[in-house]
Amino acid sequence: MDETLKELGETIVAALGGAVSAYKVAFGQLTLDARADDLIKVMTFLRDDPRCQFVSFIDGCAVDWPAREKRFDVVYHLLSPKLNRRVRVKVETDEATPVPSVVPVYSGADWFEREAYDLYGVLFVGHPDMRRILTDYGFEGYPLRKDFPLTGFVEVRWDDEVKRVVYNPVRLSQEFRNFDFLSPWEGTDYALPGDEKAKRSE
Amino acid sequence: MAEQSLRNFTINFGPQHPAAHGVLRLVLELDGEVVERVDPHIGLLHRGTEKLIEHKTYLQNIGYFDRLDYVAPMNQEHAFCLAAERLLAIPVPRRAQLIRVLYCEIGRLLSHLLNVTTQAMDVGALTPPLWGFEEREKLMVFYERASGSRMHAKYFRIGGVHQDLPEKLIDDIEAFCDPFLKVCDDLEELLTDNRIFKQRNVDIGVVKLADAWAWGFSGVMVRGSGAAWDLRKSQPYECYDEMEFDIPIGKNGDCYDRYCIRMEEMRQSVRIMRQCIDKLRLPDGKGPVMYQDNKIVPPRRGEMKRSMEALIHHFKLYTEGFHVPAGEVYAAVEAPKGEFGVYLVADGTNKPYRCKIRAPSFPHLQAMHAMCRGHMLADVAAILGSIDIVFGEVDR
Repeated sequence: MDETLKELGETIVAALGGAVSAYKVAFGQLTLDARADDLIKVMTFLRDDPRCQFVSFIDGCAVDWPAREKRFDVVYHLLSPKLNRRVRVKVETDEATPVPSVVPVYSGADWFEREAYDLYGVLFVGHPDMRRILTDYGFEGYPLRKDFPLTGFVEVRWDDEVKRVVYNPVRLSQEFRNFDFLSPWEGTDYALPGDEKAKRSE
Repeated sequence: MAEQSLRNFTINFGPQHPAAHGVLRLVLELDGEVVERVDPHIGLLHRGTEKLIEHKTYLQNIGYFDRLDYVAPMNQEHAFCLAAERLLAIPVPRRAQLIRVLYCEIGRLLSHLLNVTTQAMDVGALTPPLWGFEEREKLMVFYERASGSRMHAKYFRIGGVHQDLPEKLIDDIEAFCDPFLKVCDDLEELLTDNRIFKQRNVDIGVVKLADAWAWGFSGVMVRGSGAAWDLRKSQPYECYDEMEFDIPIGKNGDCYDRYCIRMEEMRQSVRIMRQCIDKLRLPDGKGPVMYQDNKIVPPRRGEMKRSMEALIHHFKLYTEGFHVPAGEVYAAVEAPKGEFGVYLVADGTNKPYRCKIRAPSFPHLQAMHAMCRGHMLADVAAILGSIDIVFGEVDR
């Protein structure tokens, strides 16, 4: 399985020149790193080329890596029912640079791109109907970004006096507890809190 | 004669409408009784599941998957467990695989029973839901007897299933199979040749196969359009490759074909369940139901009370949890509604870095406009019923 995927990856990289910069096979799945500007070209090739035939649009989503210069990965999953293969296409972008929308190639990308815009603020150019999709009407911010707090910024309640739902800044009666569980299983390679002095005396 | 200004009529369908199958708001633009435009507004049940998953350990996260498609909870857990198991590179013991397949098929029955019967209710038949829900209740008891909960089971764990099934439960599931086929026949007698049911469903909501693929359809929606595509056959996971079953496909891609497929799939599910039960009774079907490594799987409770080692593992696994090596993986299962996928990005810590839930109903619902345009207002309910949506997973 991995061999055929590697071959397919070679073929795609060779056929598309600079548009696909690299391919990777991990866990029996093929990942292509594409250049954002050439995304339409890549997707059209993947759909129409007889060696690929990825006619089914499975999934599109964003992943946030705040430490990176281009912080978002936009990840597409495609499926070829004829050849029984899957492929993952990744492009990088940041908050300001729009990605070409793949709706002209796959009509099914519509809501997936709206969702990526809604939750991450990734911009898509050429999308027919770019609105928020999952969050509330009038919502501000991009909730799935890593710098958006889990508890959010506002809370809603029904106000009986004004007879409508009102938004207030979120007020937690107990502070949100986020424990650091990242101690290794077998011994530590860093000083545990409180152990600093023990090290110094040695 | 003075020129009359004509205006399309816009109505709100939902969010509180019995035929919307949950909290769906459809903004319909009508020309007389003909639908011109459908604009689904979703997100009324959005709970931020994907965000919550990033803040919980892998074990804690399984519970969120029950609450996606709450009609067939275990099928969802399955996808997440498969994804994590692939990253951890751990095998699942055979008995656990058989139990998983058994309960996935029970989930398929649960979902199809609900969908077929409520779709019938949407087009005017009241008896099918009464009969169907009686069977669903029995199946939920099987859920409860295995996991302790009727719906939100959290029974599939990473590395197997939580607890072994008692012999009596396996016997009872077997005893359920034959009478259930009779109920299927009864339901078909009510619906399949029913004149009203056919008038409301035949040639309604036709999807061409090429469109179905491009829209991202899966499951019954592509099989209805004539593709023999089922992940259980084409990309088998667990022990589906040993099971004998057929994939029913439709010819016309309309609501009626999809109904017929669901009915046949229920029979095929019963066939798979029987095979699972037989295999569970064979000697190689006995054995552990969990991967045997206490670095990932918590020790049994009884063991924990006596062994210091087990106590430490128990404590560590229920506070910190296990660490999953960095990597990304997409795992998909054939859920009753279509391909349910989990795209899991792990960064080597005890919590997922990103978990994208690919719910089958989401792409199905986005094609509502394409499917409904030109149909009558009453057909919207029939189409909505036949694409089988559950808002838990659409809105996440």
